[in-house]
Amino acid sequence: METKNIMIVGVGGQGSLLASKLLGRLLLTKGYDIKVSEVHGMSQRGGSVVTYVRYGDKVYSPVIDKGEADFIVSFELLEAARWLEFLKPGGKIVTNIQQINPMPVITGAATYPENLVQKMKDAGADVEAFDALSVAEEAGSPKAVNIALMGRLSKFFDFTEEEWLQAIRDSVPAKHIALNEKAFQLGRR
Amino acid sequence: MSKKLLLGNDAVARGLWEAGCSVVSSYPGTPSTEVTESAAKYPEIYAEWAPNEKVAMETAFGAALAGRRSYCGMKHVGLNVAADPLFTISYTGINAGMVIVVADDAGMHSSQNEQDSRHYAESAKVPMLEPSDSAEALAFAKLAYELSEQFDTPVLLKMCTRVAHSQSVVELSERVLPEQIPYEKKPQKYIMAPANAKRRHPVVEERTQKLIQWAETAEINRWEKGTDDQLGIVTSSTSYQYVKEVFGDSASVLKLGMAWPLPEKKIRDFAASVKRLVVVEELDPFYENYIKSLGLKVEGKNLFPMIDEFSQNLVRTKLGMTAPTGKALSEPIPGRPPVMCAGCPHRGLFFVLSKLKLTVLGDIGCYTLGAVPPLGAVDTTICMGASISGLHGFSKANAGATDHKTVAVIGDSTFMHSGMTGLVNIAYNDSRATVIILDNSITGMTGHQQNPTTGFNLKGDPASKVDLEALCKAVGIKRVRVVDPYDLKQCEEVIKEETAADEASVIISRRPCALLKYVKHNPPFHVDADKCKSCRACMKIGCPALFFQNGKAAVDTTLCVGCGVCKQLCHFDALKSSEEA
Repeated sequence: METKNIMIVGVGGQGSLLASKLLGRLLLTKGYDIKVSEVHGMSQRGGSVVTYVRYGDKVYSPVIDKGEADFIVSFELLEAARWLEFLKPGGKIVTNIQQINPMPVITGAATYPENLVQKMKDAGADVEAFDALSVAEEAGSPKAVNIALMGRLSKFFDFTEEEWLQAIRDSVPAKHIALNEKAFQLGRR
Repeated sequence: MSKKLLLGNDAVARGLWEAGCSVVSSYPGTPSTEVTESAAKYPEIYAEWAPNEKVAMETAFGAALAGRRSYCGMKHVGLNVAADPLFTISYTGINAGMVIVVADDAGMHSSQNEQDSRHYAESAKVPMLEPSDSAEALAFAKLAYELSEQFDTPVLLKMCTRVAHSQSVVELSERVLPEQIPYEKKPQKYIMAPANAKRRHPVVEERTQKLIQWAETAEINRWEKGTDDQLGIVTSSTSYQYVKEVFGDSASVLKLGMAWPLPEKKIRDFAASVKRLVVVEELDPFYENYIKSLGLKVEGKNLFPMIDEFSQNLVRTKLGMTAPTGKALSEPIPGRPPVMCAGCPHRGLFFVLSKLKLTVLGDIGCYTLGAVPPLGAVDTTICMGASISGLHGFSKANAGATDHKTVAVIGDSTFMHSGMTGLVNIAYNDSRATVIILDNSITGMTGHQQNPTTGFNLKGDPASKVDLEALCKAVGIKRVRVVDPYDLKQCEEVIKEETAADEASVIISRRPCALLKYVKHNPPFHVDADKCKSCRACMKIGCPALFFQNGKAAVDTTLCVGCGVCKQLCHFDALKSSEEA
């Protein structure tokens, strides 16, 4: 099988590491070779963060390059636009519509671009945009936004719902399982 | 054996455990930190945070001398600090095995320079292994102990960001604890006074020759024959992965698992077997220069940059292939640089420094972000401890004329690491400098590690706690003040007083990192839009929880921790805590 590439992008502190952990668990049980590349340290402090998840028969590079991503899962709208160039032709963007102003916008040095979903579609991307924050809040906590996004992403994979849920149970602390299962199911609706 | 997806650094820790490592001493530094954190979770391993990398390496040496396998880990710049013991432990050799991780950061995700640690292996005459994924990280950690004991040398294990912070599949084995090797007194081996060191240096040179022989046949220096003989690539580490991603089995590859010493004959044979020889290596032309020194024709940095990380598309482009492209939006996307968190205790202090227009010699930590607009409060960032010693020199050059408008800022952990000696110099050689210790009760930037000022050790158990005020006084600083960085008025008053004083002073800006679990947050603030005059005074602190909406200030209540610093800047009482009406 040709290597599949999933990028998870967002703002430092939004919980993208749990999303990649969940994907890693799931893909490992399916017997794939996997590489997950993360960013730690300075970049976590509210900066733009990206995690690369690659799987297939044999995966070499730990990173995904421009024009290679099958999926870009974005926790924040501007970040989806920032990494758009990494999407391969025919690839899919699953994005939260939440907007978090970066410091240049806060200070007035730049403006937050408008109509980003439409602009990404106009650029030829297949965009699935939804309010993952509301979904997470409906499930019980805004922190479950990562799992709500995984729920939506799961619609485009052949794995069963139970396989995803088992990976969630294996990845989160026991006391948060019910919340995250609900966030996943609401995201998958 | 069970399969598991492990971070490269966790895989190193697993390798340490499986190899029977007993003592771990490190100083945190991205991207090396998780090795030690992960090793600390194995109950069989004694693990600690040392005050700095030099102390850590000497501790690991002592443990190896006592006959137990030991480890210390650090980032690339940490090895500069620990270089002193390294160069001489190379001469003494070890008793039980000693492994040192050095983690490079090509691309400078979280570093102040992009130095290539392979030079240290050559200069210190110490073997260096270079894994390319988690499975190798685990296997090479174990192999490093075998080499260490077989050749009587410390062994460097070189990680890089993409190997350290990538997860890939590993197979786990059980721990095998070797018998303790009894310590024997051997003055000629362990006392490196000139007479003994003169006898040890030839031993080191012979050892390198023996290691070269080992490298010639070592499986980790792997010759992967390609389907044609047009192109041969010498590579290692994550560059190997990019090369394989692009070429699969078509090109011939000499994959070096040992960065130093290098197998001359194997490289000559490989070069002779291909029509075109190219080295693909991040950062410096280390392999390339060695191959050139053999008189072989080779390409490398004529094609590839010495700067930044590589990727598969870079390899494609530089070796004449077509790289895939994607479509970007035509309009510019505003950058999203890292920022101080909402509620960060450093913010208030930096706001005051910026307001007073002081020259600020900075240091290494989260507070480097005080340099970012709108605060823009920091003038320099060099290395651990350089703020204090730099301030002393700045003061001496100006004969004290700038002392009232110049300060150093340094975090609690960085002060322990190598700020103390600079402060001793200020007291001893009498400059009137003002040093501000940003005591947020944790090592923040690397992800919350304990240090000697926090009162807890690596395992989270209560520990001896350095009394910063008493320490500063003990070295000879008479003026020591403590401020709360959430109190802007107090900070301003104290900074003005201390910079005006005609003797050296220390201000301890004390409040725990807002991200620490035990720190209780206040309810978020909100803006009374009727009172807001849109003056943007609150925006001067660069808080990520504050923004403008419909011409008025607004608070992101998911981020705000109610620190109240913004409220102190509002002249119209528009910012309210949720508890106020």
